[in-house]
Amino acid sequence: MLDAAPDPETLLEVNNIEVIYNHVILVLKGVSLTVPKGGITALLGGNGAGKTTTLKAISNLLHSERGEVTKGSVIYDGTPVEHLDPAALVRRGVIQVMEGRHCFEHLTVEENLLTGAYTRRDGRGAVSDDLDLVYQYFPRLKERRSAQAGYTSGGEQQMCAIGRALMSRPEMILLDEPSMGLAPQLVEEIFGIVKDLNEKEGVSFLLAEQNTTVALRFAHYGYILESGRVVMDGDAASLLENPDVKEFYLGMSEAGRKSFRDVRSYRRRKRWLS
Amino acid sequence: MEFLSKVFIDPFVDMVAAPDFLMQVVWEGLVSGVLYALIALGFVLIFRSSRIFNFAQGIMVVFAALTLVGLHEVGVPAWISFALTLGVMFLLAVGIERVVLRPLVGQPDIILFMATIGITLFLIGGGELIFGGENKRMITEELGIPTGSVVLEPFGGLLILEQKDITAVIGAVALVVALLAFLNYTRMGRAVRALGDDHQAALSVGISLQTIWVLVWFIAGIIALVTGIAWGSRAGVSFALEIIALKALPVLMLGGLESITGAIIGGLAIGVLEKLFEIYWGQPLLGGNTEAWFAYVLALVVLLFRPQGLFGEKIIERV
Repeated sequence: MLDAAPDPETLLEVNNIEVIYNHVILVLKGVSLTVPKGGITALLGGNGAGKTTTLKAISNLLHSERGEVTKGSVIYDGTPVEHLDPAALVRRGVIQVMEGRHCFEHLTVEENLLTGAYTRRDGRGAVSDDLDLVYQYFPRLKERRSAQAGYTSGGEQQMCAIGRALMSRPEMILLDEPSMGLAPQLVEEIFGIVKDLNEKEGVSFLLAEQNTTVALRFAHYGYILESGRVVMDGDAASLLENPDVKEFYLGMSEAGRKSFRDVRSYRRRKRWLS
Repeated sequence: MEFLSKVFIDPFVDMVAAPDFLMQVVWEGLVSGVLYALIALGFVLIFRSSRIFNFAQGIMVVFAALTLVGLHEVGVPAWISFALTLGVMFLLAVGIERVVLRPLVGQPDIILFMATIGITLFLIGGGELIFGGENKRMITEELGIPTGSVVLEPFGGLLILEQKDITAVIGAVALVVALLAFLNYTRMGRAVRALGDDHQAALSVGISLQTIWVLVWFIAGIIALVTGIAWGSRAGVSFALEIIALKALPVLMLGGLESITGAIIGGLAIGVLEKLFEIYWGQPLLGGNTEAWFAYVLALVVLLFRPQGLFGEKIIERV
């Protein structure tokens, strides 16, 4: 694609996948992307663009929502994984943090974290070491360890969800909309931790995000999805500078701020898709 | 006036006049209450982990008891039949998961509920085919359950506790304690509770629905077997037991569909209250046989005031 330098070590490769819900609703119309080992890749786009579906197609959580990958392939670490169930993927090191946190409300924060280690077979010692590690990254969770997760704040729940995923010792986390419903300061904090995890623990991230500015500041590479297709991709820095991205996703243009109506008519004239 | 006094005064005068008899009534009520609670517990476990309202829980009690007795009848020693029955309940759990639950995953709740009615009918039909429809004697002595009775004399009166009832209560308490320990302190138990909270999230951390479902249905099977033994030793083993198993429904309405505490307290409360009502109000005033409907009316009244049941799980809402 555009200016993607071929990466020597590709961890995840999604080839032209098509997803159909309920046998009739076509949601993804051929999405392809790659995530390099050790990278943070952002998946951007508006509501209903197919970000969440793409992540779920990779982690195979689609099945329980009556969705299905009907075309294309997902290759993780050199092997096709589109027919594995989510548990098998977690054991291979791919875990999803779902949109809207999805903590186990009636379990305590610590119990939530421990469920993340469900698939592990390396003994209690290793698990409790990792629990300490998670508490190091999220000191707030340690304070709230015995609170029922349903009663913690939105930020704490997001941390809990990420911490829970870390407990599975992932190589790659599929992070869906971590900024949803959080104050800007908290969003910064959480993205900061994601960056830390990426640099110090070597976890690769594929993150779906509506907050384009923040996502591109922390990511290395970005894909922009619209109506179930990738319409643009590139290095995070180049995307941030791209006039179309600025116009559509960051609300800026060379002529200063435009009213929403103008943007829409402009968009009708110039389409990326045809 | 006379009627009011019969409703509001006489029963209590009777209770105070013969405290030993009152204690006997309460004890009898507690024993049936424990068994109602056990059946309700089976329901709650399955409901929490899969949102399936398991209509078949009652018939599983009968099926387990029949299997146990049937195996013993063909000459298998009592304890080996017990172990074999556990095996049968495990196979049943695996079978139900494979044949019924797995193909229906993601379907609306009502369809799964209908499926459990199907399981009920299948178990009734299958059970009658294999074991016949007549009433059988539970192999109480053969399992080493004492059948004598303990006579106490509180307040100079007489209180007779049957040893098999005492055993049933102890067995039930042990089962509940073991279950709670399992749910709270083990990896699998945590997974069961997690699944009850959020299916999708449970899947996302790699908890396998299939494994947990088999596990939960197997636990429900174990509970059914214990209940079946306890009840069978009092009333014999036949499909008539199912009527008693249906008592779990008002227990659930009273206690809440999702609460283990609710199932236990609801079961005990209904057991004791229906006995008290029958002896002190039903027989003198209504001609008896109130036990058949009392629990349902009580549940109805509770539903009017607290639709989620007395202990329905608090839905955590953040604003």
